[in-house]
Amino acid sequence: MAYSEKVIDHYENPRNVGGFDKNDPNIATGMVGAPACGDVMKLQLKVGENGIIEDAKFKTYGCGSAIASSSLVTEWVKGKSIDEATSIKNTDIAEELALPPVKIHCSILAEDAIKAAVEDYKSKQSS
Amino acid sequence: MNYFSLFRLPEQFQVDTADLSRAYQTLAQITHPDKFATSSEREKRLAVQKNAQVNDGYQVLKTPILRAEHILELRGVELKHEQQTMQDTGFLMQQMEWRESLEEIQSTKNEDALLDMDGEIKSQIKNHLSLLEAELTKQNAESDKVAAEEVRKLKFMYKLRDEIELIEDALSDI
Repeated sequence: MAYSEKVIDHYENPRNVGGFDKNDPNIATGMVGAPACGDVMKLQLKVGENGIIEDAKFKTYGCGSAIASSSLVTEWVKGKSIDEATSIKNTDIAEELALPPVKIHCSILAEDAIKAAVEDYKSKQSS
Repeated sequence: MNYFSLFRLPEQFQVDTADLSRAYQTLAQITHPDKFATSSEREKRLAVQKNAQVNDGYQVLKTPILRAEHILELRGVELKHEQQTMQDTGFLMQQMEWRESLEEIQSTKNEDALLDMDGEIKSQIKNHLSLLEAELTKQNAESDKVAAEEVRKLKFMYKLRDEIELIEDALSDI
């Protein structure tokens, strides 16, 4: 299967790989997995006092499209409020990376990772 | 298509492999395209279709995870692997840890650690399979849901097992 240039770029030079301390109250962690291919994705957001995402890191075990989707998302969420971040749709990711239909689930995974991270943040804040 | 009816086997997770392969041999024989060499084009086409169905059914029935998925489908449980992401944080954290150790094992070429992990993953797969069987046997909507979740978890476990095998092959080639 041919990957688009953008996927290859993110795959070869992934942005923001790594992680933060998940027990830090300002760190939001989203863990998601895709049963279809066994991919696992961890997305972490560092949220400032004002609710703005200051930094983001990811770690993904999966195909090129899954890595590219999560790498792209870490770039997109920076500077956004957590609510704005949840408005990122898998279709935006798929379009930006020109993902073929069989790889759409990789972009769904990345969208769900943002949602899972935001939920984690909200539950941390309310406790 | 109900492959259990096609193979005349009871619709359950536990399959007698001897019965299955006997049924397969019979069905493969009576639908074999060679038998239809002198038949009409339409009959030939039907035989090819039927033969393909028999082969697909055999794969499904002999492979535990595919068999479980088939049973769930027959019960109207949609698995939606493509759309539904797994969100079980504990399970996924463990997956992440395993993948990380596997990376470490691969770079250090630690065959002993690889063997240990291989054993661990295989015994985990066994546990998931017996849980899956227990849930499928209960035959109610709630346990079917748990069974579907077990199927999803098994997909990740099999992926790990496949990766371990690839590394085993690579290490033994050195």
